[in-house]
Amino acid sequence: MKTIKILSMLTFIIVMSAFTVNKTVMVNGYRVGDVAEDFKLMNVDDKMVSLADYRNAKGFIVTFTCNTCPYAQAYEDRIIELNKKYASLGYPVIAIMPNNPDVQPGDSMKAMKERAKEKGFTFPYLMDKEQKVYPKYGATKTPHVFVLQKTSKGNVVKYIGAIDDNYQDAKAVKTKYVENAVNALLEGKEVPAKETKAIGCTIKV
Amino acid sequence: MKIIRLLILLLFFSSCNDKKTNEGLKTVQKADDNTIEVAHKTDLEVYDFDGFQKFLQKKDNKVYVINFWATWCAPCVKELPYFEKLNEEYKNKNVEVLLVSLDFPHLYDSKLKPFIRDKKIKSKVVALNDVDANTWIPKVDENWSGSIPATVIYKNDTNKFFEQSFTYESLETEVKQFLN
Repeated sequence: MKTIKILSMLTFIIVMSAFTVNKTVMVNGYRVGDVAEDFKLMNVDDKMVSLADYRNAKGFIVTFTCNTCPYAQAYEDRIIELNKKYASLGYPVIAIMPNNPDVQPGDSMKAMKERAKEKGFTFPYLMDKEQKVYPKYGATKTPHVFVLQKTSKGNVVKYIGAIDDNYQDAKAVKTKYVENAVNALLEGKEVPAKETKAIGCTIKV
Repeated sequence: MKIIRLLILLLFFSSCNDKKTNEGLKTVQKADDNTIEVAHKTDLEVYDFDGFQKFLQKKDNKVYVINFWATWCAPCVKELPYFEKLNEEYKNKNVEVLLVSLDFPHLYDSKLKPFIRDKKIKSKVVALNDVDANTWIPKVDENWSGSIPATVIYKNDTNKFFEQSFTYESLETEVKQFLN
């Protein structure tokens, strides 16, 4: 009997582990038009940041990014430029680092602080320490941008996707998806491309 | 009791294994810097999406396993041995593995080619270099958000898409469904 019990336990464990490994990444999270929940996350200056802190903002460029992903690195300067251009117009960049630093040590809070200082980030660079924010958004990779517009209903998701159409060369970009989205919102127009896709690094859990 | 102990030991070892793979990657990346010259000798086919698309559209009754990866993608590198094993064990069963690298072009010589050589990759490797991902990602599969690893398994007009990591067992299970 004992053997059977152990055997069935073994089967159970194998089956369970198989499920964990094979679990397809469910693409849940926000769709365009959904109201995004606020969060409270630690910034690189050791202060907690929420969207609600930005009383005068018209919206946000919420950007899931990190130190280590080559695609995120390729976009770093462009994220800095986005904040320079749009923070004063009411759409600040809020960068969130979604990776588990135990899996990706280069994304620890210490490393985040160093990178923010090195690059002179003028926007908050927050750590999704409990990894509860990125699944709510449905972020699957870095970089992954969500443009939100502040409305009476809350912060409504208006754009999801890539920053532009050329990760390799900022000068060769043909379509600036995020800029086009924010410009349209500022002009009270419909966002031209509401969702785009790009290659990115899987979020490390 | 003995069995349980064995089981715990087994679990322990399997988790150790994971770490080993990661460390192995780091070593390879470190070594890369010194091997640039030799790397030029490795041939690499590079395609834009239009050129690449033929690999997704073969209709010769063969099962194709197309894996999108990059040397910088740790979970991709971790599962590469499973694709290699699949290619080795199923090549006589009408299955072919194609590894599609999404490495940055300026790192082909310093990272990708040395990686292919040092890891002795036997499956066919091609590089896909097409910056307009928003156009081509949905052509691979509508549901692909763009994260890697991602894998397409297809035979003639039947295909299945996976935006996930595989174990050898789970990969083999999926491929077998195409063989039956």
